[in-house]
Amino acid sequence: MDTFIFIFLAVLTIGSGLGMVLNRNTVNSALFLVLNMVSIAGIYLLLQAQFLALIQILVYAGAIMVLFLFVIMLLNLDDERSLFSKVRAKYISAFFLGVVTLSLILYSLEGVADLLPEISPEMETAGTVEALGDVLYTDYLFAFEMTAILLTAAVVGALMIAQYKKSNNGASE
Amino acid sequence: MIEIDWYLALSAVLFTIGLVGVLIRRNAIVIFMCVELMLNAVNLTLISFSSYHGDVTGQILVFFSLAVAAAEAVIGLAIILAIFRNNLSVDITKVNLLRW
Amino acid sequence: MAEVTLSSFIVLGVALFMLLNSAAIAVYAERRVAAFIQNRMGPNRVGPAGLLQPIADVLKLLLKEDVTPTEGNKFIHAVAPMIPVITALMTVAVIPFGEGLYATNINASVLYLLAVASLGVYGVTLAGWASNSKYSLLGGLRAAAQMISYELPLGMAVASVVIFVGSLRVVDIAAYQETWWFFFLNPLGAIIFIIAAFAESNRTPFDLVEAEQELVGGFHTEYSSMKFGMFFLAEYMHVVINSMLMTTFFFGAYHLPFAGYWLPELSPLVKGILDVSVFTIKTGFFMFLFIWVRWTIPRFKYNQVMKLGWSRLLPLSIANFIVIAAILFFIVN
Repeated sequence: MDTFIFIFLAVLTIGSGLGMVLNRNTVNSALFLVLNMVSIAGIYLLLQAQFLALIQILVYAGAIMVLFLFVIMLLNLDDERSLFSKVRAKYISAFFLGVVTLSLILYSLEGVADLLPEISPEMETAGTVEALGDVLYTDYLFAFEMTAILLTAAVVGALMIAQYKKSNNGASE
Repeated sequence: MIEIDWYLALSAVLFTIGLVGVLIRRNAIVIFMCVELMLNAVNLTLISFSSYHGDVTGQILVFFSLAVAAAEAVIGLAIILAIFRNNLSVDITKVNLLRW
Repeated sequence: MAEVTLSSFIVLGVALFMLLNSAAIAVYAERRVAAFIQNRMGPNRVGPAGLLQPIADVLKLLLKEDVTPTEGNKFIHAVAPMIPVITALMTVAVIPFGEGLYATNINASVLYLLAVASLGVYGVTLAGWASNSKYSLLGGLRAAAQMISYELPLGMAVASVVIFVGSLRVVDIAAYQETWWFFFLNPLGAIIFIIAAFAESNRTPFDLVEAEQELVGGFHTEYSSMKFGMFFLAEYMHVVINSMLMTTFFFGAYHLPFAGYWLPELSPLVKGILDVSVFTIKTGFFMFLFIWVRWTIPRFKYNQVMKLGWSRLLPLSIANFIVIAAILFFIVN
């Protein structure tokens, strides 16, 4: 049963990933990425990381991707006309680089195959909010606080960059 | 049962898709989305190791990486907005004022 | 992980059936209550006292021509109306309707509720974009901005409840309120939650999405026939869902007021019937509140909505959370 769900989700993930890269329309790309995020959340559920599956949907699909869509709609971009119209050295080299990367990673996976055949039984408890909270607010408290500062800085920085300045000659208040 | 290799292979494929996307696309927003995809692939690796080892630490790392991704998305989109305001396009090949 | 049993399926089936019907009832109730408030009759021709009016409405919608904008994105245009309906239906899975009467009891069900609610934004945004009309696009962007803004106070209000219980399970939150409802323990949180829930479901005074004077029909300007019907259905389902959430989080879920003090031990069957009826009555009251507000209070301006959300409700909800956390930490413990 798990295997079928995994295959289904994996196909969905890879398909939507490819769809995102190969689509000429930016909104469609963003929607493929949303599908990708949601199916990855499904895979997290298979891995019994329930809390992170929910957070994945809440943060990625619910917040970050909405922001992306927002910006795309705000800019009202046209479709890219020539995605693969002419063969360029760039595309070919990118493709080969991709193949090389993938085969390198898969080759290195070969070395560690069959070491961890099953999901650890401890995940029954380790994937829950309680377990994560216990570790997060004790061992990683400092990192957590730093994350809060990082997010605040990001918000302020984004405001500074994106703020629309009116003309310099006294018109701005 | 599914062995961990499958999850890692899936993550590798996703990472590669993201990587190739970054290299071939010219639209800054799509490039940015490909970066998010690569981040997700890495998160998947972390979580699969975490759950096959039964150790929470991997999930904590993913939690932080999500926070960083959110911050990055906010800043990145603000920069893209600024680029669009100057160039009226998000084509990164046109962002070449500082190129020699 | 929570086991899925036969009773889960039964509860889920009954709950979904009731939710779909309650949306129809809400439409009828809206018309009758509106008529009552405006001192007129309302629909009273179709069936006894107009009770078959919702069916007539649906028939009318089904028979209309289904128009798709030629320049828009047809696929997204067709998919967008389904999203809010699906998210509304998904919410039911974690709400307890009585002691032990719930479909699932997953261990972060509050987060599940928030996650599902956050997906509802896609429906309006995509509908606005796919129509290829400036009214739709503006309406969709407004709706999305509004829903994102009010998710934060909503989440903080829920968080201020969660710290009382110390559990992210909705079932535990409901069970905790046996003696004291959270409305009495955390009145500010309750008020913030109600306001944010109104904004989340895009109802007056926050129904800027469909501000007719400025935006014609908002994001559903280009929708007709049953696709519009889906949005219509989704709006009323969100009214019902949000009423359920208000009941569950702040108004004692299935408990009578201070039931822990005076309610004697009952047999499971009697308790079950009592629980479900109490829950239904409370939900009905909040549905009435939604309708009542719609026909009483005028609409905000867009800048006022944003100001209320970001510079009033959000700081207030954070302050409320901090004060409650401090009280619980220093005084109660």
